[in-house]
Amino acid sequence: MTLTTADADTRTLYTFDDLAGLMSRMTGADKHGPAASSTLDVLWVLYDRVLRVAPEAVDDAARDRFLLSKGHGPMAYYAVLAAKGFIAPELLEGFGGYDSPLGHHPDRTLVPGVEIGSGSLGHGLPLGVGTALGLRAQGLLDPAVWVLVGDAELDEGSNHEAIAYAGAAGLERLHTVVIDNQSATHGWHGGVASHFAAAGWSTATVDGRDHAALFEAFTTPHPGRPHAVVAVVEPKN
Amino acid sequence: MTTTAAATMRDRFISTASDLLEEDPRLAVVLADISASGFDAAAAAHPDRVVNVGIREQLLIGATGGLALTGLRPIAHTFGSFLVERPFEQVKLDLGHQGVGAVLVSALGSYDWPAGGRTHMSPGDVALLDTLPGWTVHVPGHPDEAELLLRDAAAADGLVYVRLSLQRNAEARPVTPGRFLTVREGRGGPVVIAVGPVLDDVLAAVEGLNATVLYASTVRPFDFAALRGALRDRASAEVVVVEPYLAGTSTPFVTEALTDLPHRVLGLGVSRQELRHYGTMQEHIAAHGLDARSLRARISTWASPQSRS
Repeated sequence: MTLTTADADTRTLYTFDDLAGLMSRMTGADKHGPAASSTLDVLWVLYDRVLRVAPEAVDDAARDRFLLSKGHGPMAYYAVLAAKGFIAPELLEGFGGYDSPLGHHPDRTLVPGVEIGSGSLGHGLPLGVGTALGLRAQGLLDPAVWVLVGDAELDEGSNHEAIAYAGAAGLERLHTVVIDNQSATHGWHGGVASHFAAAGWSTATVDGRDHAALFEAFTTPHPGRPHAVVAVVEPKN
Repeated sequence: MTTTAAATMRDRFISTASDLLEEDPRLAVVLADISASGFDAAAAAHPDRVVNVGIREQLLIGATGGLALTGLRPIAHTFGSFLVERPFEQVKLDLGHQGVGAVLVSALGSYDWPAGGRTHMSPGDVALLDTLPGWTVHVPGHPDEAELLLRDAAAADGLVYVRLSLQRNAEARPVTPGRFLTVREGRGGPVVIAVGPVLDDVLAAVEGLNATVLYASTVRPFDFAALRGALRDRASAEVVVVEPYLAGTSTPFVTEALTDLPHRVLGLGVSRQELRHYGTMQEHIAAHGLDARSLRARISTWASPQSRS
């Protein structure tokens, strides 16, 4: 494993408090509403303390994989990638432009460290299942696969194919973090986590703004089962 | 002639893919219950590289994309209607858009199980893939060709669709992946491109006509050079394409090959209209006008007088 230490200079230059400024370079706005930043704390805790990824090792077979399934509103994601040295902060200013690699939905072929192209909802979890299977088949039992989805994104049936299969197959290296801003039109009866639990997943539901709670939920052992963390944030509406 | 001998192309796929799992540690097979029992032995030998996701076709393709992202060469398989049509957005986004390769192997084709009705027919599969960049499409006409093309697909890196059917030709041809094969040379008459399992019926249909027959066991990329070569020294360019899926699917490719040449094209294949009949494969082949007698009538009526013998 070559990715256990945060040795790149860039990763020490930025703190969580710098992310809003990085986002402003994309949007031109000083402040961002809850929708634009719903993923911000989760992304920061993952990239700062959990994921074993590094800009100099984006092709390392042993790296953890972070799949942003909910590709909408990726400013927070790009801000974190810039803060962690995957992309130059200057690129943020071109956000959405013809020659910019940073679109309103990410494209993995344009941005180092972006594991999947997303935007159409419900593709990340099935891709994550295949990634977890592929790593296991090659004897890479250590890398973790993380998929970020939204509670409204779970409306897409493809997620439920993946959730049911991953639970049945006991894909221990697969992790999902659900940003729950209560935006699913019909809600989730019994809570989001119950749908994962019923499929055999380990689950935790925490305050999506509480970094200590997120870290604890992200690092909770879950032997033999995939793990879902529901990060509850302010309602979208 | 169309036969359904004991060993089908689908049987050959199962045995070939099982062998490839032994030979190539990069290979993985992804299933959605269909043909899963055929892979029981391979799954026991390679439990991590034979994955059956259950009756979940969006996941079938999504997981295939994920496997490819880790560097494996996945082969996904089910009936064409559930492999290409049902999860088409996954084919578009989880494979091509991610910049990864995969092999999709279908069974049942357009009319293999007519008693099963419309739900198990996929006459539009090749046309759908034609809307996406980069797909190679193999349509073998015999189990031996299927094995050759499957092995070629497994060894490649790109996006490959292998369309297997019960309809088949009596004999395998010495095909080269990616190339049309000249199986009959006529002088002056039409050039007939027979795709995969329709070859025997096409050859019977043009008996006594002055036609050249090109055999396409790979139909994408479309072998422009072979078509242009076959038309060389002809006064007129008349091209017939006979395909075991939606009629006219390859017509734009003929047009593209011949942009600088006045030409006529006749695209024969499965009709767009639903038949709403059950019955047998032979009855459906005839209903689509793809049996030898119908083909002969349609081609000879369409061709110029000098082509007819």
